[in-house]
Amino acid sequence: MKKNQTIPEKIWQFFCSVRLAVYTLVIIAATSIIGTVILQNGTQQQYINLYGEAVSNLIKVFNFDDMYHAWWFLFLIVILCINLIVCSIERLSITWKIIFPKQVKFNPERFRKLKNLEIFTVNKETEAIFGNYESFLSKTVGKVLKKQTESGTVMYAEKGRWTRIGVYVIHSSIILLIIGALIGAIFGFKASLQLDEGAISDVAFLHNKSVPVNIGFSIKCNDFDVKFYDTGAPEEYRSTLAIIENGKESFIEDIRVNHPLRYKGINIFQSSYGTARPDSVIFDIITQPDKGVISKTIKIGQEIQLPEDQGLFKLEGFLPHFDFRGNNLGEAFVGRITQKDGKSFQIALPVKYPTFDKMRKGVFAFVVKDFEKKYYTGLQITKDPGVWYVYSGFILMIIGCWITFFMSHQSYFIEIKKDKDNNSNISISGTTNRNSQGLKLKIKKMIIKLKDI
Amino acid sequence: MDSSLALSLTTFIYALASVFYIGSFTFKKQILAKTGFIVLVTGFVLNTVGIILRWIESYQMGYGHAPFANMYESLVFFSWTVAILYIFVELKYKESIIGAFASPLVFLAIAYASLSPDINSKITPLIPALKSNWLIAHVITCFLGYAGFALAFGFSIIYFVKPKNPDNTSIFSKLPSEDLIDELTYQMVVFGFLFLTIGIITGAVWANSAWGKYWSWDPKETWSLITWFVYAIFMHLRMMKGWHGRNLAWVSIIGFIAVMFTYFGVNYLLSGLHSYG
Ligand code: HEM
Repeated sequence: MKKNQTIPEKIWQFFCSVRLAVYTLVIIAATSIIGTVILQNGTQQQYINLYGEAVSNLIKVFNFDDMYHAWWFLFLIVILCINLIVCSIERLSITWKIIFPKQVKFNPERFRKLKNLEIFTVNKETEAIFGNYESFLSKTVGKVLKKQTESGTVMYAEKGRWTRIGVYVIHSSIILLIIGALIGAIFGFKASLQLDEGAISDVAFLHNKSVPVNIGFSIKCNDFDVKFYDTGAPEEYRSTLAIIENGKESFIEDIRVNHPLRYKGINIFQSSYGTARPDSVIFDIITQPDKGVISKTIKIGQEIQLPEDQGLFKLEGFLPHFDFRGNNLGEAFVGRITQKDGKSFQIALPVKYPTFDKMRKGVFAFVVKDFEKKYYTGLQITKDPGVWYVYSGFILMIIGCWITFFMSHQSYFIEIKKDKDNNSNISISGTTNRNSQGLKLKIKKMIIKLKDI
Repeated sequence: MDSSLALSLTTFIYALASVFYIGSFTFKKQILAKTGFIVLVTGFVLNTVGIILRWIESYQMGYGHAPFANMYESLVFFSWTVAILYIFVELKYKESIIGAFASPLVFLAIAYASLSPDINSKITPLIPALKSNWLIAHVITCFLGYAGFALAFGFSIIYFVKPKNPDNTSIFSKLPSEDLIDELTYQMVVFGFLFLTIGIITGAVWANSAWGKYWSWDPKETWSLITWFVYAIFMHLRMMKGWHGRNLAWVSIIGFIAVMFTYFGVNYLLSGLHSYG
């Protein structure tokens, strides 16, 4: 390293080193474990319950509750990017000169000293085999360079200079991925939406925040359907969605898990489902002592007169999970009875236990007879304009790895000498920028072929 | 023959192959290694038959999916990928003693699948999220990656059993040279890295088509990324002075521990989207 560097030079040197890359990668890998062990994006209360007051404060300070978006984690990624860019710029000019040399030269002496040098003899005259060897080399490797030396003839061929660009392809793919992720984080969103069958919406809600975002068109859920295997496990969820623009229906499409709808940069995914609030219910109202029964259809929110002028009943709402003394009794309706004498109280009517209300031993018992079962569909709505950068990064990375790992810059050298019996004495060796063992095996295979021609 | 019989036999044959390979190493008999290879290939053929039969059986049961849907099936497939990769390496490099460090891994994976009481070998239907052609691409590439790392791990171990200058009469004299082990380990890491890269990418593309997000820092995703980083570190360390041989072998071993954690640890210790290997 030079002495008397200016400060910018020092900074440049700092970011040039592969050592820094190793340190950064080690720190990123090690700290990434934190987010797999500590709950991510939980509520304050969850952290206190799980880890206690003191530790949960610590978690908040270091953003361990959302660590992959924490400033220090992003800082590490920025360091990695600068490191990568500076290092690549520094090395590219050298690599460029190797890939595009002014003139390809070779030094026979160097090849004669290589560890993988193999020597064998062929019972043919040198002149007879020279042409064959040359055409073999040019066919299997590339353009052949020849030289006469004091001891005989040497030839040289090489291939794959360009493969040295492979690592730059890998490294630029990483930058592309990070750019894509950044674009997605800034200009995209991930939101969710619960739509009852028949309902319509032009907004969805961001996660954890319930902040509405505009979708840009309206989505209507025409129908939802769930199918089960005979084991009871779900087999398929399907929503029939209508896309409505400017008050007009544009088209209708079914979505399933793994089969989303993509429209105008917005992706709509099937993610969950549940029972929606029904519009109305049919109740049997039983007069308790003498068992007189009246059937009535009541809408949610509607108030009716009880029989024999005993007061009023209002159907207040629908609960997906009704909690009764710590037990979840499932779906239930809640209503309010206001008696003649002005006394008013709430009653719950669980769907699974239709005669539940008889236990109250009131003047009337309400029995849930029937209601139209409706679902809501849980949709995931996302927009990510960065995804194409990320996908290009993916493709580049695979191509770059393939080039770097499985291709190489190889040079082969063959020397043909006449020995005293007029046979040919042949030396063969080669160099490569990677996988020297593989090259050794290739040379051995070549020898078998060369002995044949 | 049904798949469970085929796979039980496979387990037994892989055990036999390991015995032959380890025997050849201990008794310095090349012929035992040659036999080991033939036994291993037989086991591999049966392993393949078992997987295909299981695939057919799942269609007969009306579920109709590739046999990569639970821990049992993934372990059976893991054995298969390690076996095919090792067979390829032995054929290419013509070194058979190293089988003593590879065949036990092939055997252990499938033995764990068959014998562990926690692992259910029933054919079960697919949950909706797993019904995608990406499942096949994702599982095959990830497991090829794991197989590369498993062999890199096996070959790294050789550094620690091989003395510096073995005399010609010891069993260690049959082991390949340090240069060759280095190259073999590196080639396996590189193979694993390429396929883990494709595995992570197919997983990301699949997640994007199923949930609208290519990356969500789910524990399994994060751990596969950590594993990927460890092997990236391996490759960069190799370019630095002093990092070869045993030092680097340690990194490959740490990498394989990360693989194992991604494969099993995440399922048993952490929670997330991936319900199986
Ligand atoms: C996630 C981050 C990274 C990944 C996945 C990655 C991947 C790779 C791979 C696969 C290779 C080829 C290794 C081989 O030939 O055995 C490589 C080489 C290299 N990487 Fe990285 N790299 C990363 C980050 C970096 C960074 C931050 C630097 C900054 C200094 C860097 C500098 C280099 C250099 C100098 C080489 C050698 C190039 C050559 O052989 O001429 N890498 N990298």
